[in-house]
Amino acid sequence: MSATDSGHDAPRHDAAVHGAHASPAEASHPLLRYAGPGSWLTAARFSLLMAVLLGLLYPLVVVGVGQLGFSHQANGSLLADAQGRIIGSSLVGQAFTSDRYFQGRPSAVDYAADTLGGSNLAPSNPALRQRAEADARRITARDGVAPGRIPVDLLTASGSGIDPHISPQAAAIQVARVAHARGLREADVRGLVARYSESGGLGQPRVAILPLNLALDGIAVRPLP
Amino acid sequence: MSVLPLYYALLIGLALPLGLYMGRALDTHRPSVMDRLFGPLESFLMRLAGVDRRLSMTWSAYLLAVLRLHLLLIGLAWLVFMDQGVLPLNPDGIPGMRWDTALHTAVSFATNTNQQHYSGQTQLSYLSQTLAIVTLQFLTPATGLAVLLAITRTLLRRPVATNAGGGVGNYYVDLTRIVVRVLLPLSLIVALILVWQGVPATYQGAQRVTMLDGGALQVIPRGPVAPMVAIKQLGTNGGGWYGPNSTVPLENPTGLSNLIETIALLLIPVASLIAVGVISGRRRLMMGIGVVMIAFSLLTTTMIVVSERLPNAALVGLAVADSPNLEGKELRFGSDLSALWGSWTTQTSNGSVNAMHDSFNPLGGLGLLMDMFVNVTFGGIGVGLIGYLLYLMLAAFIGSLMIGRAPELFGKPLETREMRWISLAILAQPLIILGSTAITVAFPTLAGNSNPGFHGLSQVLYEYTSAFANNGSGFEGLGDATPWWNLTCVVALAVGRFLPMLVPLAVAGWLAGKRTAPQGRGSLAMESGAFVGLTAGVIVIVNLLGFLPALVLGPIAEQLTLP
Repeated sequence: MSATDSGHDAPRHDAAVHGAHASPAEASHPLLRYAGPGSWLTAARFSLLMAVLLGLLYPLVVVGVGQLGFSHQANGSLLADAQGRIIGSSLVGQAFTSDRYFQGRPSAVDYAADTLGGSNLAPSNPALRQRAEADARRITARDGVAPGRIPVDLLTASGSGIDPHISPQAAAIQVARVAHARGLREADVRGLVARYSESGGLGQPRVAILPLNLALDGIAVRPLP
Repeated sequence: MSVLPLYYALLIGLALPLGLYMGRALDTHRPSVMDRLFGPLESFLMRLAGVDRRLSMTWSAYLLAVLRLHLLLIGLAWLVFMDQGVLPLNPDGIPGMRWDTALHTAVSFATNTNQQHYSGQTQLSYLSQTLAIVTLQFLTPATGLAVLLAITRTLLRRPVATNAGGGVGNYYVDLTRIVVRVLLPLSLIVALILVWQGVPATYQGAQRVTMLDGGALQVIPRGPVAPMVAIKQLGTNGGGWYGPNSTVPLENPTGLSNLIETIALLLIPVASLIAVGVISGRRRLMMGIGVVMIAFSLLTTTMIVVSERLPNAALVGLAVADSPNLEGKELRFGSDLSALWGSWTTQTSNGSVNAMHDSFNPLGGLGLLMDMFVNVTFGGIGVGLIGYLLYLMLAAFIGSLMIGRAPELFGKPLETREMRWISLAILAQPLIILGSTAITVAFPTLAGNSNPGFHGLSQVLYEYTSAFANNGSGFEGLGDATPWWNLTCVVALAVGRFLPMLVPLAVAGWLAGKRTAPQGRGSLAMESGAFVGLTAGVIVIVNLLGFLPALVLGPIAEQLTLP
C-alpha cells in the first residue's frame, strides 16, 4: 500500500518531481491530487514508524550512551555516605530549619521534589508581601539582620521549589549563628563556605548548601555511579 | 548589558552555518552530498511507511496530508495518556489521565504548543513522556518547516512557479528529511551534553531519600529526561519533563546547560530564515525580514531584562535595596538570564521557562505578552516565517494600493479570495483570544485565578494568548486543569496552529495558478527599505489595535497601581 493507491498509476522515474523544475520526462509524472483511503493508510504507517523511531529508539540511545558515559549524572546525581546510604542529590535542595545548618531559600512546596513549583505570586499580590514580612521577621530574630538589609534570595521563593543554592551574601549572614550553635570558630565555618562556593562561571555566584551542611556534620559523601 | 550581547553573537554565529547547511540539505531540487549520507536511511524509512517519494503533491493534497497525519497523532497520544496506567514503562505506577486533560495535552503537543495543564513528573508515565510526547516534539516542528518549504518552492523560489496546480513537494519526504538531517542529529548532541551536565537519563523510577535535617522523606523523580529536554528546546516545543520546566535543577542544572538550552530556543528559527534565503535565492528579502525580527527581539528583550532588574514591589523595605526581582527565579541564573530566556521563549513560541513568568514584574509580563501577540519575532520553527509572510501579504496589498497599482505579490495578482483568507487568518487571533478572555473573566468560578486584581485579568489573557500563539508558557498560578480551560484552549490551540500555517500555503497554491505580470519600474519593490518598514509598521499597528486595550487593563494598570 502506498500513496500511489490514491487513484493514479505512477510511472517509474528515479528523480523526485517538483512542478516548476521538472524535466520533460518528469513532467508527465502525475501529481498527487486525490486523497483516498490509501492516504489514510500511509499516514497511519508513517505515524507508527516515527513513534517507534523518535518515541522509543531515540530516548533509548540517549539513555544507553548516557549510562555508559555519565552514569552518576544519568541516575540523578545521587550522593551516598560511607555506608552506601543514599542521602540526597547534589541537584536537589533540602529543607533546613535547625540553627545548626545553613538554611535555604523559601520554597512554595517545602522542598518536596515530587510536587515542585514556585509561588506564582504576582508582585501586586498582598499574599507575597505577607509571606516576605513573616520570613523577614524570622531572619531578623535568627541572624540579627535588620529588615532592608536581608539578601533578596532569602526572601524570594525559587521557581522549582528545590533550589539547591543560596547567594554568598545569604551564606555570610548565617555564619555567626551556625558557628555559635555548633561551638565552632567563625573563621572555620567561613572556610567551609568558601569551599562549597562557585564563582558563577556562566551563572551567578552561589553556595551549595546540602554539601556544605553535610561537611559541617562531618559526613563524607561520594557520588553514586 | 552584561552577557546578553554574547548570547546574541553566539546565536547568530551558530545559526549561520546551520542555516547554510539546512539550505543545502533540505533543498529537494538540488542533489547534495547529504543525499549520499542520509539517502539510504531515508529510503528505508520511506519503504517501511509505504510512501512513494517520487510523487509530488498538489497544495491541497499537501494540506490534507498534514491534517490527516495530525488527526492520527492526536488520537494515538490521547489513547496513550488515558491508558498509561495499564501500559508498560510506568515504574512509578501513575494512573491514566482524565479524558479532557488527556485531549488538551494531545492537541497541545500536536500543535507544537506544549501547554501543560498537569505536572509531568507525577501525572505522566515514561511511555507517555516518550512515545506520545517526544514523537510529537519532533514531528510538529518538522511540519512547520515542511509547510514553509512547500510555500518556498511555490511562492518564493525564482522564477515563481507558473504551472497551474503544480506540485509543492511531498509532505512525508519533507518530514523525513527534516527529522533525519536536522532534528535528530542536533537532539542527540544536545541530549548527551545535558546528561553530562546532570540531566537524568534512566528508566529507573523515582529515588526516595531521607532529608538530612529532620529526616522527612524526599521523593526525587527521574526518567529519560535528557532526550526530551533536548528536543523540547530545539523544536520550539517547550513542554518539559517536570512541571516547573527548566527552573528545576534536574532539567537545567548548570550555567552551561542554561546557555545551551537558551541558544537552542532560537537556533533553528533563525537558521530557517537563512535556509529559505538559500533555497529561494531571495537573500535580500530574507535579510530585510531578519532585520525586522532582530529589531523586535532586541526591543522586548531589553524591556524585560530592565524590568526584572528592578526590585519586586512586595519586598521594598525588607530586602537589600535595589535587588533584582528573584521571586520565581533560580539563584544560579539570576535575573538577567531568566529575563533573556523568558523573552526568547515567547518570541519563538517555545514556551519552556527557567523562571516563573507569573511572578515577573508587570512590565516584564507586558513584554512577554507582546512577544506572543506578534509571534513572528523568529517565531515557531517554520510557522514564524509563515506568519511573517501573512503580514507581508497584507503589507503588499496595502503597499500596492498606496503606489496606485493593482495589488500584487511577486508579480501575481492578490484578489478577493486571497485577501479574504489572509484577513481571516490575521483577525482570528484577536477574536479568539479576546473573546475567550472576556467570557472567562465574566465568570470568576471558571477563571480559577490565584492572583487578585489587574493581574488576574493578565493570567487569563496570558493563557489564551499562549494557546493561540502555540507558545505553551503560562502564568502558572492559574487553576487551569478544568474541563472549561481544557476544552476552550483546545479551540485556541487548533485554530492558532492550522489557520495561520495553512492559509499561506493555500494562497501560494492559488497564486501559482495565475499569470505573472511583468515586473517593471512601477512595481512594488518588496526588497526596498520602505517595504520592510511598511511590513514592520503593519505588524505593530495590527497588534496595537487588537490588544492595547487589554494590555492597559492588565499589566499596565498593575504597574501603575503598585505601591
